Amino acid sequence: MNTLRWSLPLSAWILAPLMLGIINRVKSFFAGRHGPSVWQLYYDLFKLLQKGSVYSRSTSAVLRVGPSVVLACMALATVMLPWGELPAPVTFVGDIILLAYLLGLARFATVLSALDTGSSFEGMGASREVQFAALAEPSFFLGMLVLVLHFGFSGLSEMVSEISFETWQTSGVLLVLVGCSWFVLLLTENSRIPVDDPNTHLELTMIHEVMVLDYSGPDLAFILYAASLKLWIFAALVVNLIVPMHSLPPWLQAPIFLLGMVLVMVLVGVVESILARQRLQQIPKILIGAALLSLIALIVRLMG
Amino acid sequence: MMLLVLTILLPAAAGTASYFIRPHRWRRLLWGTVATVHFVLSVTAVLTITAPPLDHWIGMDSLSAIFLVLTSLLFLGATVYGIGYVAREPVAGQMDFEDGSLFQNEPESVFTGGLLLLLAAMTLAILSRHLALQWVAIEATTLASAPLIYYHQNRRSLEAAWKYLILCSVGIAVALLGIFFLRMTIQEGSHDLTLAALLERAGTLDHRWLSTAFIFMLVGYGTKMGLAPLHTWLPDAHSEAPSPVSAMLSGALLNCAFLGILRVQQICAAAGMASFGGDLLILFGLLSMGLAGAFILRQADYKRMLAYSSVEHMGILALGVGLGGLGLFGSFLHTINHSIVKALLFLTAGNLLSRFHTKDTMKIQGACDALPISGALWIAGFLAVTGSPPFGTFISEFTILRAVLEQGRWVTAALYVLFLLLAFVGMAGIVLRMALGKSELNRVREPLTAVLPPLVFAVLALLLGVYLPGPLADRLQEAAQLLGGMGK
Amino acid sequence: MTLISVLLILSCLLLLGSSRLHVAIRVVAIQGVLLGALPLVRSMGDLLHLGIWILALSTIISKGILLPWLMNTCLRLSGIRREIEPFVGFGPSLLCGTALLGLAVWITDRLQLTQAQVPQVLLISSFFAILVGLFLMVTRRKAITQSLAYLIMENGVYGVGVSMSLDFPFIVELGILLDVFVGVFLMGNLLFHLDREFEHLDADKLTELSDLSKSAPVVEAVEENA
Repeated sequence: MNTLRWSLPLSAWILAPLMLGIINRVKSFFAGRHGPSVWQLYYDLFKLLQKGSVYSRSTSAVLRVGPSVVLACMALATVMLPWGELPAPVTFVGDIILLAYLLGLARFATVLSALDTGSSFEGMGASREVQFAALAEPSFFLGMLVLVLHFGFSGLSEMVSEISFETWQTSGVLLVLVGCSWFVLLLTENSRIPVDDPNTHLELTMIHEVMVLDYSGPDLAFILYAASLKLWIFAALVVNLIVPMHSLPPWLQAPIFLLGMVLVMVLVGVVESILARQRLQQIPKILIGAALLSLIALIVRLMG
Repeated sequence: MMLLVLTILLPAAAGTASYFIRPHRWRRLLWGTVATVHFVLSVTAVLTITAPPLDHWIGMDSLSAIFLVLTSLLFLGATVYGIGYVAREPVAGQMDFEDGSLFQNEPESVFTGGLLLLLAAMTLAILSRHLALQWVAIEATTLASAPLIYYHQNRRSLEAAWKYLILCSVGIAVALLGIFFLRMTIQEGSHDLTLAALLERAGTLDHRWLSTAFIFMLVGYGTKMGLAPLHTWLPDAHSEAPSPVSAMLSGALLNCAFLGILRVQQICAAAGMASFGGDLLILFGLLSMGLAGAFILRQADYKRMLAYSSVEHMGILALGVGLGGLGLFGSFLHTINHSIVKALLFLTAGNLLSRFHTKDTMKIQGACDALPISGALWIAGFLAVTGSPPFGTFISEFTILRAVLEQGRWVTAALYVLFLLLAFVGMAGIVLRMALGKSELNRVREPLTAVLPPLVFAVLALLLGVYLPGPLADRLQEAAQLLGGMGK
Repeated sequence: MTLISVLLILSCLLLLGSSRLHVAIRVVAIQGVLLGALPLVRSMGDLLHLGIWILALSTIISKGILLPWLMNTCLRLSGIRREIEPFVGFGPSLLCGTALLGLAVWITDRLQLTQAQVPQVLLISSFFAILVGLFLMVTRRKAITQSLAYLIMENGVYGVGVSMSLDFPFIVELGILLDVFVGVFLMGNLLFHLDREFEHLDADKLTELSDLSKSAPVVEAVEENA
C-alpha cells in the first residue's frame, strides 16, 4: 500500500514537464503552428543539466542556494498531494497549511535570490511578484476555509476523498466557486496569461521571468523543473476539487485524475490563446475578483 | 364606494384619452369638465360617506376626506388657471428668458394627459387602504409628474426633471423596503396589509420590525415629501415646472407623501409606539425648517424661494405630527392652509413671470404698479405663508406652537419661532422689494383665468383665518383621533 | 436558489468592476431574468398558480428584453461606450464591493431570521444588490449608469420581497413592476433629451441649478432680452 501511495509523487516528478509541453502544444495549435514537441522540456532539462553554471560577480551564496531550496520545496509539496481516494504518502491534520507555506517558502527563496543579484531589473520583478502574491493569498486561504468548514478540519487527503456526486448535488455551487477561484490562482502563481506572459522578455511585462534571468546550467534546470512541479500542484488541487472521486471505482480514479490534469492543461492553453495579457493595473482587479469568488463561497457555506 | 372608484377612474380615463385628442378646444373642455366633476364628486363623497371604511382596498376616513377635497379644490383652481396658461403659450419655439436658447414646449396633449393622470394617481394614493397599493399610487404620481416638470423643454427643467425622477424613485424604493418590513411585523395570521387589518392587530405587531419599517418609510416618503436633508430635488423641480404644475406639486403632491408617513404613524400609534416616531418627526421637522429658512434668505429666484418655503412648511407639518395631541390638529389644519396659500403664491408667481419675463428677484420691481391684482395677491400670499394674522396659517402655526409649549419643549419652541422668523425676514425682503415701487412696464389687463383662482384661494385663506367651520373642525378632530388622539 | 443568489452577487460585482456600458446593460438584463424566474423557483410545489406565471413572464420580458433594448438604444444614439473616470475607480469599487458584501451579511445576520423562514443567501444577495445600486448611483458620472443603478436597486428590493416570501396579491406585484418599468422608460426618455441638450451624459455636470455654487444663481441673461 505504501508503495502505491508513493507512486503519486513519483508520477508527479516524472510527468510534470509533460504538462508544460501540453500547454505549449495547445497554444501552438491555436496559433496555427506545429509547435514544439510535448517532450521539449525534458530535452531542455537534460541539456541544461550537462552545462556549467555562470554566476555574476555581484551575487553571493544566496543565489547558489536558491534554486535548490525551490526544488526541495516543490518536491516536498508534491509528496502531500492526494489522488482522489488514494491518500498522499505524507498526510496529517493541517497538511494543507504546510502546502501553502512550502509554496510560500519557494517564493521567498526566489525573491531573495532575485534581490541578491543586485540588479534593479530583478528587483522590479521581485516587487511585482510579492505584490500579486499578497493579493492572491486570500483566494487560497478562503477556498481552504470553505473546504475545512464543509469537510471538517483534517488532512487534505481526507477532505478530498469525501467529494462525491452527492456533494455536487448539495453544494455544487461551493465547488464551482472555489474551483474557479483556484483556477485563477493557478494562472497567477504559474505566471500564465492573463497575469503574466511566460514568453515575453520585455521589461514592462515580466513578473516571473525577470527573476530567473540570472540562472544558468543546472540552476536553471532546477528552476524550470520546479516551475513545472508547481503547475502540477495547482492543477492537482483543482482536479481533486472538481472531480467527484468518491463516487468512482478505485481502478478508475487514477486514469480519470490524469485525464483531468490533461484537461486542465488544455484549458490553460485555451485561456492563454484567447485572452491577452492584462495591464498591470488591471491585475489587482482580477485577483480581488478571485478572492471574492472564494468569499462568496464562504458566505454561502456559512449562511446558506 | 362606487363614488370613490369613479373619482379615480374618471381622471385616469380622461388623462389617457387626452393623449389622443387632437383639437385643443376639446381637450381643454375635457380637462375642465373632469376637474369640476372630480371636485363635485369629492365633496359629495365627503358629505355622504360617514360610515368608517370597510375592509376594502379603497375607502375614506376623515384623514383622506380632508386630503381629497383639498387636492380636488387645488386641481380645479390649477385647471382654470392652466387652461388660460396653455392657451397663451406660443405654439412654435420660444426663447428662453435666462440663457437665450431656443426651446419648444412639450405637446399640450402630453401636458394635459399628465396632469389628469397625476390627479388620478393622487386620488388613488389618498383613498387607498392597502399600504402596498398606496405605494404603487405614490410612485405613479412621481412618474406622472416628471414629464410635467419638463413642459418648457429647456436645459434647466430637463436637469430638474432628471433629478426629481431619480431621487424620488430611489426614495420610494426605500419606502417599498419599509413596507416589506412592515409585513414582517405580523407574527401570525393572514398577512393582510390593509390598514384595517393592521390596526386591528396593532397590539400584536412586533416592535422591532415596526420601528425599522417606520424608519425606512419615513426616509422613503420623506424624500418625496421634501423633508431635509432629502429635499434637494425640490427647489429645482418646483421652480422649473410651469406655475400650475408647481401649485399642484407643492400644494397637493407633497401632501400625498405626507399621507404615506401618516398611515405608518397611525399604525405605530395604535401599537403603542407613537413617541418613537414622534421624536424622529420632530427632528426632521426642525431640520427642514432651519435649512429652508437659511436658503430663503439670499434667494435670487422667487420661484425657488417659494419651493424652499414649501420645504419649511413640510417641516412644520412633520413637527406637528411628531408632537401628537393638539399638534396633530394643528398639523392637519396647517395642511389645508398651506396648500391653499402655496397654490395662491405659485399661480401669482406665474403671472409675474409671464409679465416680467424673468425669475430674478432683483429684476422685478413695482409689481403692484404693473399688475395691480397680482401684486396685491403677491403681498397677501407672502403674509399668509409666513403665518401672519388674519390668515388661516396664523391659526394653525399658533396651534402647533401651543402644542410645543404645552409639552414643555422649550428648545423646540425657541427654534420653531426662530425659523419662522427667519423665513419671514427672508421673504419680506424679497417680496416687498418686488411688489412695491414703480415699474417701467405699463399696466395691462390681467386675464381672468390667471387671476380668478388665486383670488379665490386668497379669500379662502382669509376666511379660514377668521372662522373655522364646525364640520371642518369636527373632521379635523376625527382625523387627529385616528393618529392617537387629542389628549389635551 | 442558491445558484440564483450567487449569480446575483457575481453580477453585481461585475457591474462594480466593469466600465463598459454595453456589458452593464446586459448584466442588468440577466439580473432581471434571474429575478423573474425566482418566484417560480421559490414556490416549486405550487406551479399551477397562474398569477406566478404571469408575474414571472412579465418580469422577464420587461426587465430582460424591453428595458435593455431601451437602454441600448439610448447608448447607441448618444455614442457613449464606457464610463470613464468615475469618482471611485474600478479597482477600489471592487474593494468597496467587498465591504458592501460584508455589510449585507451583517444586516442579514442582525435580522435573525431562521433559514426556514427566509433563505439567507438570497437575502444577502438582495441587500447587496440594493447597496451596490446606491453605491453606483453615487459614484458614477454618467446619467445612464444612474438609471441602471436604480434598476439594480429595484432588483434588490424585489429580491428582498421574494426571499421574505411576501405574498402580496399579484395585482400589487404587477403594479410594482409596472411602476418600475414606466419609471425606467421615463428615465430613458429623459436620457434622450439630456443627450440632445447637453451633448454629454455626465450627471455630475448638471449643476446649473444650485444654490451653493453661486451667489447670484440666475445666469446673466443675454442683455437685450429684458
